[in-house]
Order: sequence, then C-alpha cells, then structure tokens
Amino acid sequence: MSTTPTVMNQSKRSPQSPVQAESTVTLDPPLMDAQTAIAIDSFNAYYGDFQALHDLHLDIPEQQVTAFIGPSGCGKSTLLKWCNRMNDIVPIAYATGTLKVGETNVLERGTDVVDLRRKVGMVFQKANPFPKSIFDNVAYGARLHYKISRPELFDLVELSLKKAALWDEVKDRLKQSALGLSGGQQQRLCIARAIATGPKILLMDEPCSALDPASTSRIEDLIFELRRQFTIVIVTHNMQQAARCSDRTAFFYEGKIIEEGATEDVFTRPKQRQTEDYVTGKFG
Amino acid sequence: MSNDSAAPAELLTAETNSKPSFRIRSSSSSKRWQAIVVTGLVLCSLVSLLTTIGIIVMLVVESWGFFADSRIELWKFLTGTKWTVGQTQGSLSYGIWPLLSGTLRITGIAMMISLPMGLISAVYLSEYASKRIRSFLKPTLEILAGIPTVVLGFFAVKFITPYMLEPLGDFKTFNATSAGMAVGILCLPLVTSLAEDALQAVPNRLREGAYGLGSTRLEVTLKVVVPAALSGIISAFLLALARAIGETMVVSLAAGSTPTFTLDPRMPSQTMTGFIVETFKSESVVPGTLSYFSIYAVGTVLFLITFGITLIGQIIRMRYREVYD
Repeated sequence: MSTTPTVMNQSKRSPQSPVQAESTVTLDPPLMDAQTAIAIDSFNAYYGDFQALHDLHLDIPEQQVTAFIGPSGCGKSTLLKWCNRMNDIVPIAYATGTLKVGETNVLERGTDVVDLRRKVGMVFQKANPFPKSIFDNVAYGARLHYKISRPELFDLVELSLKKAALWDEVKDRLKQSALGLSGGQQQRLCIARAIATGPKILLMDEPCSALDPASTSRIEDLIFELRRQFTIVIVTHNMQQAARCSDRTAFFYEGKIIEEGATEDVFTRPKQRQTEDYVTGKFG
Repeated sequence: MSNDSAAPAELLTAETNSKPSFRIRSSSSSKRWQAIVVTGLVLCSLVSLLTTIGIIVMLVVESWGFFADSRIELWKFLTGTKWTVGQTQGSLSYGIWPLLSGTLRITGIAMMISLPMGLISAVYLSEYASKRIRSFLKPTLEILAGIPTVVLGFFAVKFITPYMLEPLGDFKTFNATSAGMAVGILCLPLVTSLAEDALQAVPNRLREGAYGLGSTRLEVTLKVVVPAALSGIISAFLLALARAIGETMVVSLAAGSTPTFTLDPRMPSQTMTGFIVETFKSESVVPGTLSYFSIYAVGTVLFLITFGITLIGQIIRMRYREVYD
C-alpha cells in the first residue's frame, strides 16, 4: 500500500526531510516578503450562490500568531480553509481574487495542493488522529512527502512530539493506538502530526473548542511556544483565547473584515464600533 | 416562547388547585397490556433460538447414525480422498475430502472474483463516485443481488462455460470454474454493499485530516480510510465466504455431480451442498440407510465450517472495531 504511484514520484515532492531542514535554512524559496506569510487581496469566497466573504484585504505576518475572531457564520473558517485549499473538498465552493502563500497564488487552478498542504499545515476543530499507532500518526505526513531513513524518521517523530509538548506523556507508548489518548493529548498529537511535515504555516480551526479548560490552556501555551517557529493562524470563538495567545487579531463580521491590527489595540482601543461591541461581549 | 412556557405552568396549577385535568389510564389494564407485549417479544426472539437448537440437535442425532455404522471410521471420514456414498456399484469409500475440496475450490474461485472486485467497487462508490453515478450504480447492484440463484446457475451453464471458458481450454460442461464465477457474481453485491457501509462509517474528519497533511485522494483512501474500515471490510469478506460455502443452487446446476479430488478447475466438482441436494432428490434414499445418514454427516461438517467463519467474524469485529464518537 505504501507504493502508490504518487508516493513513488518523490521528485515532485521535496526530497529533503524537515529534520535536515532545521540545519539548512534554504530549503524553500524565501517567502515573497520576509514580513508577509499570507497576502490576501480582493478576495471573495462563495458557496454556490451564497457569497461568504466580500473583498478581503489582509496581510498575515510571518512568525506571529494571527487570530480570526467573529460570530458564527462570519466566514473566518472559510478564509482559513482557503489558505490551504481545504475547501476543494466542498464541491460548490469557489473563490476569486488573490491569496498568496509565498510566491504562489493558491487560488490558481494549477496550484500543487499536495505541496501547498505540506507547507501549510492544518489542525482541526475536533482532534482527528488516524486509527493507527501514535508513532504512525506523526510519521504519516513525513512518509508521504520525504524519502526518509528509519533513524531519521524516529528523530523526526521525537522532535515533532517534543515541539507539541507531548513527548514526555507518550514516549513509552508510541506503538499504542492514538485513539487511547485523551482529547487534549489527541489534539496535541494532531499538532505534532502537522509539524512533522515541515510546514511554514499552521492553520488552526478552533483547536480548543472541544477541550476542557486544562487541556485548552496547555494548547494555548503550546501555540505561544510555537509562534516564533511557525506562522500561526488561529480561528477562535473564545475572545480571551485570542487576547491571550495572538499577536494580531482580525475581526470578521458578516463576511467582511471589520478591523485588523495588533491584538492589544483591537481589544483595548478598537477603532470600529462593531469591534468594540463584539470584544466587550455585547453580541456574538 | 411564551406559549411553550405557559403550558407546564397551567398543568401545575391544574394539579395543585383542583383535580387533574387529564385522565390517568387504569393501571391494571396497562399492566396486563405490558405483560402481553413482553411475552410476544420474548416468544418472537425465542423462535430463532429454538430453531438453531433444533437444527443442531437434529444434525447431531442423525450424524450419529452415520458414525455409529460399523462400516464407518471417523478418521477415514476426515482424511479419505474418495467418496462413493450413494453410488450403487463399487466399494464403499467415505472420505469427505472430494466434497470438501469441491466446496473449497469453488469458494476459492468465487472469492478471487468477489473480494477484490467487491472491495474496489466499494472504494469507488464510497470515495470516488459522484452523486449521479452512485444513484445509478447502487440500484444496479441491488438488482444483481435480487437475481434468483437458479438463474445464475443457468447462466453459468449456458453462457459462462460455452462462451467464456470453452474457448480457453478443455473445460468440461460442468466444471468448478464456471460455478465459482457464478457464485462470485452472486457474492459481489454483498461484499460491495457491506464494504461500502464500512467505508462510509469512517468519519469525514479523518479524510480531512489526511487531505490536510497533503495526501492525494488515493493516499487518503488507501492509507487512512481503508485501514480505518478494515474490521468492517473483513467481516464483509467473511460473510461472503460463508455465503459462498453454503451456496447450493448454482453449484448443483453448474458444478456437476461427480465428487473429484483434484486441483484442476476444468473438472466437475461436487460440493458438500451439491451432494446433499443430489442425494436428497434421488429416490433411493430411505431413512435409516447409510446414504441417508451421510447427508447429515456432511451437513454437520458444513455447519461447523460456516459456524467457525461466523465466530471468527464476530471476534474480529469485537477486537478490532474502532469506535468513533
């Protein structure tokens, strides 16, 4: 099963492993602007006839945490999912405008989504570990994308689990099923799994919404730890969470970005009335 | 909202202030009715239990008649490679292997067709097919599942053997291959629909997770969805296996009535079920004779095999089923 044609075609995918990427800085071409990881311009997104997002302009800076906040149905998850083309799964979804990750406009038809998703990892609302061992979960992406020797794979799994602050809890049970972990551990495993493919950007879609407060705070600490290594975009319903762990915040309302700026400014000195009403809890 | 909350309040006041405004059913008639319902439910579920016990008892008692016969040794029954029970001339040989191997040969051929094709169709239907194609293919499968087995047996003799097999080699009119192919076609809808159910039961968030890590659709299917559905797929396979082993009409029409101990798929190949039908139909069978009892002995072997497969299927389902909330 491991010899599907697409896997064998390693030349299409990066031959180097993320372990090596740590020492050699020039693995990927440098991002378009050292400051901007994702550049969004005149962006519109639709589900069939319904326009979910209207004419967005937003620059997401590198190696910072950007939080998308706003009431349900405001389109923040839609934008997040366009960043690595996860909306391709939805047949009626389409988008216009530009959404650049590095040099590539990801909305173009010819975009190599496999490579895009290797660079732009995703963590989902509900932890979704595969029904495999903990080790195989973390190794999954690396096995897809890299020609990697067994010792290297072990190093990569260990490194990724350490980065996800899960190593100490699972190092003695790597061969056990990932489904035996608690909800919070499963979510950190999913973060480790995303890290192991060597992404530049991590998209997190309400990663704590199904977790208890203790697990939530561990994930928030983790996001804080990871923000200097990855560009993180997090969608959250929890305004305290946005305030606690993000550098920048974008407030979405009815498919538009109402306000965007440094998190501190958005929460303490909002420029727009709607933002103020939302962050102070008057609606939403 | 106000209407909803008003109703319970009214009931409350009705209860406290005056006598209740609703009639309580008499408790004695309600209890009697309960008892009748429960008895009915128990009786219905007892039917299948009692039938199973009854069949097992019958198999054991009548098989005893076979093994108690002075001419029969259990060891020779289990290891012998020649079967002449029911044949009037010649010496008596009662080794089960010609019949058992006939069943295994035909089942093997059937599984070679139905398992891979069934799984591939299921994967296609569940992971690849568009809604339109699905809405066309699923009913087609159900039609195939509804074809009477006697028609399939006829199809094997009148079409598969003369037009598909005879051009390829020296196939006998009644042979294991054509019967096996027909049984495979018979099992195909079963495998497809059960395996597809198992694939569909894999939650979508696993697919999303795999896509999110940069998997192609083929990788999502082969590395995540199929392994996640494996216990369901294996129980689909085992059910098809039991179905093929127990299949009677196709093999008694298309596989011939000569018990052979061979690996040659071109030869006639009587199965255990085929033997039972053949012997039962023939007028020479008189209760109390050896050929009469041999039906039950063969039936017991058949029962033990299918029982074993069902048991293995249950164990696999219980041990390896992934529970998703």
